[in-house]
Amino acid sequence: MVQLMRRRRAEEETPVGDETQIPESNTRLIEAIPIPVGDPLETLLVTSGGPVVLRDLELESETVDTLREAGVELIVPLIGQGELLGALYLGPRLSDQPYSTDDRRLLGSLASQVAPAMKVAQLVREQQAEAKERERIHQELQVAALIQQTLLPKELPAIAGWQVDAFYRPARAVGGDFYDFIALEDGRLGVVIGDVTDKGVPAALVMATCRSMLRAAAQRHSSPSAVLADVNDGLVPEIPPAMFVTCLYAIIDTDAGEVVFANAGHNLPYVRHDGGVLELRATGMPLGLMPGMGYDETKYEMAAGEVMVLTSDGITEAHNAEGEMYGFARLMDRVARRPINDDVLNAVVAELEAFTGEGAEQEDDITLVVVKRTSSAQMSAETFEDRRQTLAKFAIPSEEGNERIAIAKVTAAVDELDLEPARLERLKTAVGETVMNAIEHGNQNRSELDVDVQVCANDESVSVLVSDRGGDRLIPEATVPDLDAKLAGNQTPRGWGLFLIEKMVDEVRSTSDGTTHTIELVMNREGAS
Amino acid sequence: MESVFEATVTRTDEGSVVVMSGTVNRAAKQDLETAYEEAAANPGRVLMDFRGVDYINSTGIAVIVGVLAMARAEDREVGAFGLTEHYREVFNITRLSDFMTIYDDETAAVAAG
Repeated sequence: MVQLMRRRRAEEETPVGDETQIPESNTRLIEAIPIPVGDPLETLLVTSGGPVVLRDLELESETVDTLREAGVELIVPLIGQGELLGALYLGPRLSDQPYSTDDRRLLGSLASQVAPAMKVAQLVREQQAEAKERERIHQELQVAALIQQTLLPKELPAIAGWQVDAFYRPARAVGGDFYDFIALEDGRLGVVIGDVTDKGVPAALVMATCRSMLRAAAQRHSSPSAVLADVNDGLVPEIPPAMFVTCLYAIIDTDAGEVVFANAGHNLPYVRHDGGVLELRATGMPLGLMPGMGYDETKYEMAAGEVMVLTSDGITEAHNAEGEMYGFARLMDRVARRPINDDVLNAVVAELEAFTGEGAEQEDDITLVVVKRTSSAQMSAETFEDRRQTLAKFAIPSEEGNERIAIAKVTAAVDELDLEPARLERLKTAVGETVMNAIEHGNQNRSELDVDVQVCANDESVSVLVSDRGGDRLIPEATVPDLDAKLAGNQTPRGWGLFLIEKMVDEVRSTSDGTTHTIELVMNREGAS
Repeated sequence: MESVFEATVTRTDEGSVVVMSGTVNRAAKQDLETAYEEAAANPGRVLMDFRGVDYINSTGIAVIVGVLAMARAEDREVGAFGLTEHYREVFNITRLSDFMTIYDDETAAVAAG
C-alpha cells in the first residue's frame, strides 16, 4: 500500500524558497494516488535508486497516466528494506524551472531518512491492529467459554445402582460441545451429548438454545426420537445458515436398565460388556439442517457391570504429532481393553493424552460421558439430588495444615450418621489427604484460593466432595508404593496420599468442569451402629 | 489446630524409646530424625512410642519411612506401640508394619525386648 501526498504549485506566483509565505488558499493537497501492488511503476521505483522524473518516463501504466493528469512531475520513492513504503509526489517547481540535480539529490537524501521512520510507524500500526484483534478474540472466547460452562451440569446425577461420570475440556478456541442430564418426571434419566458446528460465541449461543429446547422437549415427549424431531423442527428457523448440531439423546430406565436412544448425526455410543465392546447404531440427520426429519431409535438393556461410553468428535478426530487421527477403531479398541470394573473415563482421557503427546494443543472440545450400571437390583429411580441431604458445606483457605480444619468439620457433619468408628477414622484420613492434595496441587498453596468441601449423605452412603481450582487435572491412578525401594533409598519416601485415599473409602470419583476439579469420596454407611 | 510435634529419647535396659507427641507430618522430619539418631547412638533396638501422637498424614508416613530407612541401613530393629486401631490399620495397609514390630502397648513392647 502506498500513500502519497504533495503540495501543488499555487495558481499565483509565489516567491521561491519561502514556503511560509505561500497563502493557504493558493495551495491544495491532492488526494493520495495509490500505486497498486504489481504495477510496473512499483518495480521501477524500487529499482530507481532515487527520484524519478515523470515526464521522461516511458512506461505502460495507468497509474503513471493518472499521476501525469494530476500534475505530478517528480516522484521520490521511499524505500525500506527493498520495499516501496510510500512516495512523495511533487508538481512543477514554483519557478517553473525543472528540478535540478541538487534538488533531486536533496529529495533523495530526505527520502532515505524518512523511509525508516515510515517503516517503524507501519510496523507499530500493524502490531497495534494485531493486538486489538487478539484482545477481541480473547474476549469473545471468554464469553463463549462462560456461556458454555454456565450451562453444563454442575453436578452429576447419582442414582442408586448407576454411576454416571462426565469429562469436558474445552479447546482454546472453545468448540460447541455440550452434555446434559435431564431428570424426567417418570423417574427416568435423560442423557444428552452434542456438538454445535462452528466455534466461539455463535456456537455457544446455538448450544444454549439447543439445550433449552432439548430440556423442554424431553418433558413433552417420552421417546428420544420424538424429542430430537421436535428440537430439529424448532431449531431450523433459529439457527444461522451453515450451522447445525449433532446430538445423541438417550433415556435410561434406571429400574429396568433399559437404554433407548436416538441419534442426530453424533458419534455412536459404545457399550463395554463382558465379551468386549459393542457399537450401538441409530441414524438421523443432524439438528437444524432441514425440518420434518425422522430419527431411528435403538434399545439396549444394560446388565450390571456394563458401561456405556458417549463421546464427542474431539476425541476421535484428535491427531498425534505424526498427523495420525485417533479414530473410532482405536477408541473402540481401548474401551474394549479396559477391565470391566476399570475407570473407563479417566483411562480413555489418559490414553488420548498419551496419543496426542504432552503439551500438544487440543484441536477441539473433548467431551466424554460414561454411564455404568453398577447393580441390577431393583432400586428407586429417584435421582441422587432428590434423596441426598447436604450435611455441611464450607470453604477453607489453601494453607498448609488446614486439612485438619476440614477433618474436624466433616467429623462434626457426619456425627448424626453414627458411622462405625473405624469407618469414620478412615473417612477422616481420606478427607485429610484429599484436602491436602487440593491445597498443595490443585490450588498450588495459594491462600487466596479456597478449597470447597461439601458433605452429603443418603441412605446408603456418605459423600465428601472436595473442590479446588486445579482445572481439568485428572486424579492419577493410585499405584501401590514400593516400600522396599523407598527403604533402600532408591525412591522418595513420599507418595502415599493417593494410595491412602483409595484404600480408605469405598469409591473415589474425579470430575472437572475445566476450572474446578472435584474429588468425591464415597463411604458406604453399611456397618453403621 | 495443629499440635506441635515433639520427640524425646529415653534409655531402657535393652535400647532406647523415642517418645513422640503431637502431629507427625512433614514438619516433624527434622525432630524425629534427630531423636532417632540420638536413640541409635545407644546399642539395641529403638522403640517408637506413639501414645502422644494425635495425627499422622501421608507426609508423616514418609517421615517414618525415612527413619525406617535409616534403621535398615544399620540393621537396627525398630518397634512401635501406642498406635490407635486406625493407625495400626494404616501401618498395615502401607506395609510399615512389615518393617517395624507393632506392639499392643508399652508392656508388651518392653516384654518383647
